[in-house]
Parts: sequence; C-alpha cells; structure tokens
Amino acid sequence: MSMLQVSIYRYNPETDSAPYMQEYRVDTQGRDLMVLNILEMLKAEDTTLAYRRSCREGVCGSDGMNMNGKNGLACITSLSDVVKNNKLVLRPLPGLPVVRDLAVDMGLFYKQYERIQPYLQNDEPAPAIERLQSPEERDKLDGLYECILCACCSTSCPSFWWNPDKFVGPAGLLQSYRFLADSRDTATQARLTDLQDPFSVFRCRGIMNCVAVCPKGLNPTRAIGKIRDMLLANAT
Amino acid sequence: MSTMRSLTFDAIIIGGGGAGMRAALELAKSGKKTAVLSKVFPTRSHTVSAQGGITCAIASADPNDDWRWHMYDTVKGGDYITDQDAAEYMCSEGPKAVFELEHMGLPFSRFENGRIYQRPFGGQSKNFGEGGQAARTCAAADRTGHALLHTLYQNNLKNNTTFLNEWFAVDLVKNADGDVVGCIAMCIETGEVVHVKSKATVLATGGAGRIYASTTNALINTGDGIGMALRAGFPMQDMEMWQFHPTGIYGAGVLVTEGCRGEGGYLVNKDGERFMERYAPNAKDLAGRDVVARSMVMEILEGRGCGENGDHVYLKLDHLGEEVLNKRLPGISELSKIFAHADPTKAPIPVVPTCHYMMGGIPTNVHGQAIMQDADGNDQIVGGLFACGEAACVSVHGANRLGGNSLLDLVVFGRAAGMFIESALNEGIEYLDASESDIESAMKRINRWNESSGGESVADLKVELQSIMQNAFGVFRQEDNMQEGVKKLAELRGRIAEAHLVDKSGAFNTARIEALELDNLMEVAEATAIAALERKESRGAHSRYDYPDRDDVNWLKHSMYFPLEKKVGKRDVNFKPKTLDTFEPKIRTY
Repeated sequence: MSMLQVSIYRYNPETDSAPYMQEYRVDTQGRDLMVLNILEMLKAEDTTLAYRRSCREGVCGSDGMNMNGKNGLACITSLSDVVKNNKLVLRPLPGLPVVRDLAVDMGLFYKQYERIQPYLQNDEPAPAIERLQSPEERDKLDGLYECILCACCSTSCPSFWWNPDKFVGPAGLLQSYRFLADSRDTATQARLTDLQDPFSVFRCRGIMNCVAVCPKGLNPTRAIGKIRDMLLANAT
Repeated sequence: MSTMRSLTFDAIIIGGGGAGMRAALELAKSGKKTAVLSKVFPTRSHTVSAQGGITCAIASADPNDDWRWHMYDTVKGGDYITDQDAAEYMCSEGPKAVFELEHMGLPFSRFENGRIYQRPFGGQSKNFGEGGQAARTCAAADRTGHALLHTLYQNNLKNNTTFLNEWFAVDLVKNADGDVVGCIAMCIETGEVVHVKSKATVLATGGAGRIYASTTNALINTGDGIGMALRAGFPMQDMEMWQFHPTGIYGAGVLVTEGCRGEGGYLVNKDGERFMERYAPNAKDLAGRDVVARSMVMEILEGRGCGENGDHVYLKLDHLGEEVLNKRLPGISELSKIFAHADPTKAPIPVVPTCHYMMGGIPTNVHGQAIMQDADGNDQIVGGLFACGEAACVSVHGANRLGGNSLLDLVVFGRAAGMFIESALNEGIEYLDASESDIESAMKRINRWNESSGGESVADLKVELQSIMQNAFGVFRQEDNMQEGVKKLAELRGRIAEAHLVDKSGAFNTARIEALELDNLMEVAEATAIAALERKESRGAHSRYDYPDRDDVNWLKHSMYFPLEKKVGKRDVNFKPKTLDTFEPKIRTY
C-alpha cells in the first residue's frame, strides 16, 4: 500500500506568525482521485484546513490553487495529472495575499475585472425581441465568454505579479476582448481609450503562462494580441 | 449582545445565484438600499452548472410557438400539482425576461437568421401535446447557466449592487408579531457576526441536493434558506418531490445535460437496445425526467444494466458526429472525458439517475411572498419574508420539473419578487423592531456550536444523513423503508444537536460553515422524509411501490410540512389561470 505524501501550505492569521508547510499522508487505495477529493478526505480529519470549493466539476472557479508548482483547479486535476514521485505539494495561488491556508484574497483580481466594465454596453434602444447576431458574429465570443474567473492565469503571470494594480492581467483582458468582439457592444472606442496607457495592456510580455494553466483551455494571450492590434489601429 | 454590529437595508437578498441576482438587479435599478449576501462569490453559485438552456416560447425555432403550449407542458410535466396561475405567469412573462437577458449581453447561440438558438428538451410539445416535439430551450451552447449567471453578475456590477460576498446567513430574525425583520449573518473572512436589519428578506438560497449521497449538485447546495425558514417555524411545500436527473455521470454524479438527448442522443441498455422506445413510445428519450429515470432503474433492476455490476446505462452520442458535439455540446464532452474517461465522439457515457432538483420549498405566491397557513388552513402571507428560485415553491414545477424550466423560474420570479418589493417599499413597510430576545433566539444555534466541547464530527454525521436519504428516499420508495428512514433521522437529529465544532477560530473557518450547513441539511432531510411518508400515492417524481397509482381523490394537493408539529397537511393546488381555461388532470403519458 503506497501512501500519498501531501504537503500543504498552512497559515491561520489568528494563530500563526508565519506560514508553514504541513505534511499529511493519504491512503488513496490506488484510485486516481481528483486533488479536491484528497482535500476533502484531509478536511474530514483535520477540520482546520481551509480552502474554497463549490461545483466540484470545473465550472465555478472556486478551487484554483497551485499544485506541484502549477496553477489549476483542484476538482478537475487528477492525481495522475500532477503527482510526481508520490508527492503532492499544494500552495495558494501565487501573488495574492493569503486569507487562510489555500484561500487567497481575490480583491485585486476582481478589481481588475471590474475595471474593464465587464458588461455589454449598447446605446441604441433595445428592440422588442432579442438583438440579432449572426452565428459567425457569435462564434467570435467562443473561447472568451467561458472564463470562470478562477484567477489561475493572472496569478501565474509575472507581469501581473509586478503590477497587479496597473496591469489588467490576462483574465480581465480576456473579458475586455469578449466585449470588444461582441457585435452588440457599441462602446468599443471608450473601451480602447481606457486601455491605451503603457500598463493596462502593454505590460503583457507574451510569456503565455496564462495559456499554459487555463483550466478551460482558453487563450488570453491571443485575446491580448487582438486588443493590441485594435489599440495600434486606433492610434494611427 | 450590545457589542454586535448591525447593518440596515431596505431589502436583503440571501443567495447570489440566478434568482437572487435577478431580484437584486431589479432593486438596484430602483435605488433601494439593497444587498446580496452570498456564502460564495456570486459566480460560484450553482446556477453556473446549468447546461442545456432556458425554456421559453420566444418563437425563434418555431415562429408559431405559443406560451400556452409551454404552459400545458409544464402543468402536465408537474403531474397536475403545478399551480396554474404561477405556470401561466412564468410562461407568459418568460419571453420578456429572456429578451432582457439577451439585451444584458447573454451570449446565446444563434440560428442562421440571427435569432436565439432553441433546442428540443424533454416533455416539450406543440399544440397542447397534439403537434409533436417542440424545440423551445434557448441555449448558449451547453453552458447556459454559466452565461446567465455571469451576465447577471456583470449587470449587477453595472448597476452598483452592494454585495456581501462570502457572508453566511445563520438564521432569520422574527419580531414579536412573527414578521421576518432580517437575519443574523457571519462574515466568513473574519468570523464577525452581525445583525442584518431589513424590511424585506429574500431567500434565494437554491437547492439542497447534498442531502443525498449521489447528486449533481454543488457542494454548497445545503438548503440554507429552507433550514432557516423551518427553524423559524414556517411550513414547507411538496418537499417529497425530488427530481432524479436521468443522466448523472456514473460514479461522479456530475450532470450531463438533457440537451444531449435533445440534440439526438439516446440511452441504451447492456444489449444496446434503445429501451425508452418501450416505456415512452412517442417522446422516447425526451419523456419527462421522472419517467426516464424510472425506466432506467427498471432496466437496471431487471438485469439489463451496463458495466461489471450492471448498475448503470449508457448515453450514446457518437452518432451525432464531432461537429455537433463540438458546437452544441462542448462542455459535456469535456466533463465526460474528465469524469468518465469517455470521449463521447467515440464511446458512450455511463449514466445513472442522480438527485438533481428540489421541486418543493418555501410556498410563495407569484410575487415571491412566503405563505403559511392559518388555523383554518387558509393562506396567510408571512410579513417580510420572500423566496424565489429553487428555494421557493411557487409552484411551477409541481411534482416534476421540466428541463430548462429552472432557469426560467429563476429569472421570472427573481424579477417578480424584485418588482413587488420595490412597490411595497414605495408604499411603505413598517414592522416592529426585533427585541434583544428575538435576536437571542436567532443566535441560539451558532452559540450552541461555538460552545460545543465534545461530540461527534460533522463530516461523519453528514455521511450518515446522506446515506439514510439515498437508501430510503430515492427514485422508488416504500412505507417500511421510509418509516425506518424517518426513525433514523430523528435519532440523527439528536446526535447533530450534540456534535462538536473543534475549530473555534474566526478567520475563514470553513469548519464552522460546514457545521451550520449540517443543521440545514438535517432540516431539509427531515421535511423530505416526513412528507414522502405521508403522500400515499405515486405522482411525478414521488414513486411508491406500495401506492403505484396517482390518487387524484386524495392527493391532487400540495403537501404542507409543519416543522413545529412535524406534521403534514394539505394545500389546494391553483387551477385558475387568469387568461385561459384550466388544464384538467389527465392520465400522463409520453
């Protein structure tokens, strides 16, 4: 019987002066469980362990965390995807303040999302039925609207680590492009004007960590490229 | 007590899913002092998991579609204990609510002509069941709930709604007159407990599928609103009615949408037979969910199940081709690969009926006002308390909900509650303030946990509760088994009342949240069990071996569960739609 070695970042602001790694051993009975299953098994024994979870199927974005060095969702990351040498190291998403254990303060991440005005803007009166949109126009939103705001991408991005207050980050920019690309949105000019400073978009250095970690297979770098093109075209 | 901070709002909406955020949007636009209090960041709510779509007669797939046909399907689907005034309201107001969502930016899939894409779903018909299968479910691929929830959150941001994110509502505060005047709530990040004062308290806390061991529901679906209302002494309606979705992924419980069958997929047994042709010759795989789930269980019980243990069936999709799967069902393809290790373009998905939806809940009228009964059995409005969405029983779903009607329910009745509360606030609402002792009694259970010094673990007790419910209150039910279940639950309640919260810390203490959720699961489970035992017939999702037939003489009624007496009474079903004739109960076949 092989016991999985699990090492988890622990920090309780009320009792710990500094974070530390706690070692656990879990008997998986040879099953290829999800990382979240491991956390639930540990939580049943050690109730002080804190993390977020909700849908347990990769659509709500609650349980983004760093697993053996890579960001992802605990609920859809299987042990066989991530465990090496029988060891699993779990840390909170990097770059954001830790609230407790694996739960981070997502405030800065949400602020950058809100900053791009993530809602459809259309100054024309709405028709009595829906606004029409061709399937081709609608196809442009695929790969954009599916973002679940898990923050795996932004918290793996060095540019976001350096300037989380000024660089919108991959998640926010993906959503920004989701509205720029929507044939029903009429605020293109205002959206671009709001992004044309040296930081908001142009701090992206094309590192593509965001693409490598996105649990939904989305490509923020490509969306950022499109925004760059629009900004450059707009400037000339 | 005097050190406890209080927050004051015109309206507090508990729950940040589709219903809560739709209600909040209405109130935010009105300028009333409103807040949404949600135990998770709103886009983590369970609405996000809805896949197939929102059913509504917007006359896109079929220009001649009619909301009355949708209403007929809904009433029939609910096995005739759907309130017809409520179904009428939902189906006729629906198009307005769906177009509003589109105007807010919801990225619906489209037909060539640019209109919203609609797909066939179970239980849908044209011309009052006479015109064949309809295609009435508006979809954003198979991520409609995600698209809807994010759109609502985005529009709440646009309208500056106040959010209390990661706050947990503990219990309702009632004044001396029995009106609900707010709640006790806890900030999860800090552990601070506050008294929230409000003239209108809306329970939009969703479902409670976690009372079962196997469920499609998120881990957060613990029936918090139902628990709060029951502890406050308010009755619940039709709690025995739980929907088992035909296609939960075997083993994982994760949902794959009915839209799979809408797009042409079908179920097969171990012999490869499309067995639904035998059970529902006309609608086949698109019969009502209760009918399909029962048929699957029959196949399994009669030895035609698939797999080593013969305990599931297969959902076959490969014949649809990669293009349809990629375009219309990309999300379930992903889920199937992750949770069933099956690529649906090549292999069938192993599925089994899985607890999915609570048709019952807090009885309300179409304005979301909570209802109780006076001593003579007449409806009485509960002052200050509202409910919408899955937590409410308005009742549009009756004994069995149709696919796609849940999202419509959320937006139509979330919106209706918001509009009603706005006008009620404009007219002026005055309730007695809560006294110190009113607040004390709402603090009782959190104090109990905080003072616990020994006893059993929350995790163990939860597993026991889920196993009792799974074994005695599943797809098929019978008296002796349920009697036993009720007895076990009563015993379990005693043990939960003595259970131990080991970790008493404040900051982000999820152990305390799980303890408080366990109390809510207990309330929901007991209401379900006692109501199920009492309804001595088979109707919709409630199927009994010992009473296999529908009994319209005695049970063309809502059940009402009264928590203080733990007794079940009855309430009349509404058969009086305002603009059309009553749909009279008929034998229900598909």
